[in-house]
Amino acid sequence: MILTIASGKGGTGKTTIAVNLALSVASAEQKSRLLFLDCDVEEPNAHLFLKPSVAAREDVAVRVPRVDASRCTHHGRCTVVCQFHAIAALPNETLVFPELCHGCGGCALACPEKAISEEPHVIGIIEEGHADGINFAHGVLNVGEPMATPVIRQLKRRLSNEYDLAILDAPPGTACPVVESMRGADFLLLVTEPTPFGLHDLRLAVQVGRDELGLPVGVVANQDGVGDAGVDEYCESEGIPILMRIPLDRRIAEAYSRGITVVDALPEYRDRFQQLMHSILKEGQE
Amino acid sequence: MKQVVVLSGKGGTGKTTVAAALGHLASQEAPIVLLDADVDASNLDLVLSPQLRAKHDFFSSKVAVIDPASCQSCGRCQELCRFDAVLAPKEDGEPYAIDSVACEGCAVCYYQCPAEAVRMDEPQDGLWFRSDTAFGPLVHAHLYAGHENSGKLVAEVRQQAKAIALEGGHEYVIIDGPPGIGCSVIAATTGVDLALMVIEPTVSGIHDLERILGVARHFGVPAVVCVNKYDINLEKTNEIADYCADLDIEVVGRVPFNTIATEAMVAGKPVTVYGDGLITEELRNVWSRVRDKVADT
Repeated sequence: MILTIASGKGGTGKTTIAVNLALSVASAEQKSRLLFLDCDVEEPNAHLFLKPSVAAREDVAVRVPRVDASRCTHHGRCTVVCQFHAIAALPNETLVFPELCHGCGGCALACPEKAISEEPHVIGIIEEGHADGINFAHGVLNVGEPMATPVIRQLKRRLSNEYDLAILDAPPGTACPVVESMRGADFLLLVTEPTPFGLHDLRLAVQVGRDELGLPVGVVANQDGVGDAGVDEYCESEGIPILMRIPLDRRIAEAYSRGITVVDALPEYRDRFQQLMHSILKEGQE
Repeated sequence: MKQVVVLSGKGGTGKTTVAAALGHLASQEAPIVLLDADVDASNLDLVLSPQLRAKHDFFSSKVAVIDPASCQSCGRCQELCRFDAVLAPKEDGEPYAIDSVACEGCAVCYYQCPAEAVRMDEPQDGLWFRSDTAFGPLVHAHLYAGHENSGKLVAEVRQQAKAIALEGGHEYVIIDGPPGIGCSVIAATTGVDLALMVIEPTVSGIHDLERILGVARHFGVPAVVCVNKYDINLEKTNEIADYCADLDIEVVGRVPFNTIATEAMVAGKPVTVYGDGLITEELRNVWSRVRDKVADT
């Protein structure tokens, strides 16, 4: 099963739920068949809690054009076909803007002089290893680079049938990096807080995950007890199950601030996260 | 006219709460424009009771569409697509199709299809709004769920807010920024006079602070830091202060944890309008320091 954990609003506890769910999977045998992918490549945080050993690193690169000046006739076809304004043919020179390039290869295909080759432009890295027996990987977008999606796409190549369960920790928001983290999931778990901001962004996340992508969804109500009843009423009216409630608890906030997991700080939560996993599996099958 | 953006890197640290409060406090001293640059999950309007004045459609992206009648099933599009957006037919000879969610809009298939069976559609990507609030004009936007080009929509609303500010003689544009460090953050940050980083004293908060300060530095934007819920972990608050001192970055406020921030949100008001407690007092300090800082830029 591929389980994506998302939220719309930031800071609702996606990483907390993802990490503790992963750690609550009971046996070592099960953990070895568990894959954890931190898809929040702009601000990856899961490693701060799982503390994985990093066994391998690889670059994430977008293939950007390189213009052979001796062959370029400044014909400008590349500029016409590029949808991202990443290449500009001037009368005497053709300029490439690597940060804007999506790496589609369109300019190289279109150049009548075959003056364009492609070279890698590194935009981030992927690190992978093990944490408490769990297979772990995350992507890290380089500071100053705008495009997170290619990093997530490359990270997701690790998904395979060797794993019984893959937990994907998604970024906040509802834009393309979130969509990439949700695409292909079997179940979408949305972590929210019962506040007007939490509800507003939960609705948007449901629009993306359930309505656009057709995924089954369930909700975790975190910091339950703050705010108002809006999230409960919304889930009830939409028929979205609330699979777990975590009360507002200063002990959890303090443990989080120090990088300590909920199951370490409050061991009674291990059972609760196992129950959450059972509920997800049950909902996912229906 | 000065532009101040509120950022955090990590989501949910209180950007919108702080931005709304700064908007309220600044508006007591000078005419301002408010801008919500978190276009894929915008929340600023929820605490400002805006009166909608104008609504505009936003178009930017393109999506490939294959005409099944013209498709010759050669598979060239699938071979060339680097975004896994071309769906092969179940049976040979049937037409190919595009997964519009995966399509990047690069138009490689459009230009390379030997049968010219591909066209590029331009779906509407969202809306942007001009509203009035008790504190000044508000520019906000809504990127349709799952659509691309949030950075371009941010650039659009940035321009609109700036134009309103210049035209109306507003002294400040207060921008509620998006989380992360990617395209929409870059679009919200470039060319502003000051970035205010709202950080919680947690291991994640500090990790993400380093990266968002990197973005500000990369684009030459001066930054200051406000620690939110500082009393959740005093040790980490001190760590942030030391880290900032090393980088010569001013910590302009330490806002205590209090459920009044959530109560204000539920009431649909900036926290500084809702109550006169410790949070409001500290946010007044934050605003006066931010004001002095941008006066120097």
